[in-house]
Amino acid sequence: MSGFDTTQSAIFTPRSGPLSRMVDWVIRHPRMFVFLMVLPITLWLGIVYIGALIALLIQSFFSIDEFSGIVVREFTFKTYGELLRPYNLDIILRTISMATAVTIAAAVLAFPIAYFAARYAKGKWKALFYIGVMLPLWSSYLVKVYAWKLVLAKEGILTWLFAKLHLTWLLDGLLSLPVIGGNSLSVSYTGTFLVFLYIWLPYMIIPVQASLERVPGALLEAASDLGATPRQSFRMVLFPLALPGIIAGSIFTFSLTLGDYIVPQIVGNSRLFIGQAVYTQQGTAGNIPLAAAFTVVPIVIMGIYLWGARKMGAFDAL
Amino acid sequence: MKKILKGCASGLALTAATAVPLSAADMMTELGAGEGTVSIVAWPGYIERGETDAAFDWVTKFEAATSCKVEIKTANTSDEMVALMNEGGFDLVTASGDASLRLIAGGRVQPINIDLIPSWSRVDDRLKDAPWHTVKGTHYGTPFMWGPNVLMYNTEVFPEAPTSWNVVFEEMTLPDGESNTGRVQAYDGPIYIADAAMYLMAHQPELGIESPYELNEDQYAAALNVLRTQRTLVSRYWHDAFIQIDDFKNEGMVASSSWPFMVNLLKADGVPVASTIPSEGASGWADTLMLHADSEHPNCAYQFMEHSLNSNLQSDLSVWFGAVPSVPEACTDGSGMQTAEGCSENGLDDFDRIKFWQTPVSSCESQGTCVPYYRWVSDYIGVIGGR
Repeated sequence: MSGFDTTQSAIFTPRSGPLSRMVDWVIRHPRMFVFLMVLPITLWLGIVYIGALIALLIQSFFSIDEFSGIVVREFTFKTYGELLRPYNLDIILRTISMATAVTIAAAVLAFPIAYFAARYAKGKWKALFYIGVMLPLWSSYLVKVYAWKLVLAKEGILTWLFAKLHLTWLLDGLLSLPVIGGNSLSVSYTGTFLVFLYIWLPYMIIPVQASLERVPGALLEAASDLGATPRQSFRMVLFPLALPGIIAGSIFTFSLTLGDYIVPQIVGNSRLFIGQAVYTQQGTAGNIPLAAAFTVVPIVIMGIYLWGARKMGAFDAL
Repeated sequence: MKKILKGCASGLALTAATAVPLSAADMMTELGAGEGTVSIVAWPGYIERGETDAAFDWVTKFEAATSCKVEIKTANTSDEMVALMNEGGFDLVTASGDASLRLIAGGRVQPINIDLIPSWSRVDDRLKDAPWHTVKGTHYGTPFMWGPNVLMYNTEVFPEAPTSWNVVFEEMTLPDGESNTGRVQAYDGPIYIADAAMYLMAHQPELGIESPYELNEDQYAAALNVLRTQRTLVSRYWHDAFIQIDDFKNEGMVASSSWPFMVNLLKADGVPVASTIPSEGASGWADTLMLHADSEHPNCAYQFMEHSLNSNLQSDLSVWFGAVPSVPEACTDGSGMQTAEGCSENGLDDFDRIKFWQTPVSSCESQGTCVPYYRWVSDYIGVIGGR
């Protein structure tokens, strides 16, 4: 019986040459085509990215032998116990408080700037706004931090300015406060906070501006037509609509502050932040398990944070 | 100048110092022709070929004379050095006291036949048999550079050099009539605990501390208490040499543990500072040029070791780095820029008062069981954090 052989009755005869054959084969197998396209990305995410994270997680379940200082490759929660010792908890709480403070301040500061840019700036002014916000990002991060160290120093520009304005009492008053005070701005939490705020502010302004631009002006007009005071229309119309943008920005400012280890080393009172603790533990102490456990903290915090942010629609504004 | 981290590098492997080192029989007995290249793992700034500053060059002449091309791999911490040497492929390393014994114990470096290095006789007698490169009478390298951690002070505040480290350890009124609170600094590496222990050796002899790097629980607790008091005086600990320089210029700092390197740079900038080694002594570092066990270019390496002792290297490097040459003649023989005054300023005459950095280990010589480095790290974090 002579059946109708589909493979033989193709309209075109197979072309010769390995490349042409390969191309034909890929075209006939669209699923394989998709697979091949996705493979590199999957490998990158899977091995390089997730794989590294998993290796890190595994490390954190090892422990260091107290006497010889050698890493014991056995599953244990001992390292996490160590993480909860008071001086390590201090580091975690200190970092989270700083990240929270920086995020809130960045949101408060960014909102009016972004609002102006989104509502009033046109043409040239808009370009100027973008340059103004982005310009700090073009220069080296280290140069900016060192520059701030000089600005905040005891014999620096700010102190001089306060003295010229006869406001030295104000600065001294601020520095004499417990916790946030210190010998000078550059060796206090206030200084660290200011530098963080400066460095990460653009990451807040841009998403807030993007979300504000998408709020229809008609909504605000309608609110005022219906008798809402400016305060009311801000609270009940503008702010809720801009919230996803603020949350998107806060993801940046919060996570970047959480992981930074350069700023607190150059400006601050030498008390460690999580990033520095990781650096010290793995670099000088050779305590890789504890360093890994420290790294898990921001991962967990950011996991919870992102989950909450998603619920509030932050990713619609990205 | 990340000399900074050298002393506080990991103490991990040193505890394994029981491994059998290569025997003296494995060392080279004669030199052959150069292999055309030699690769060196070094601290930044240690091997200069005039690229950073044309005046500082101790490689070009060596390459011309021996036709051994020098390849440099810089490392910023002792850990990195040990890791690179473990990886292999290098000939020489400028190992500090806390890395050198680890390298010997791990069998990563080979014994040196000092008969093949004519200039060995020029080496400072005090360094020839130093315990950080000599094990059971076998030499594992040629001394390279050493230096103290000095007390830097502002000469306007202290018309006379402070005679004790107490200016950075205890609250007091300085000669200018103001308190030292907020005006002194300390090093932020855990190895600094040894400086506190050294202070206690002089002021609380009843603790019975024999070496500041070998502390039992009581001695260790006492040292931490000294550092807790210090925390109330220190606004910011120094970590990076250039940040300390900036703090002395702009932050009103008047006294701190420091290196001759920073003292020289500040003086060059016209800042009124000077340095001293107070009555309690000082901690310090000493580096050794060591040869990899599987070196592929041992002849060139031997030639470089000879070169390191018999050229402008010792003299010029000691100026460049603010260190002390391992060849005392280098201070006076005019081979480079160093002078007798420069050498004594960098600490030449204070050798006996320096306790050279070594990694604290749990099985220590002076008293059996000591607090290991691993705990120094976490406890020093605690002290700086205010606990």
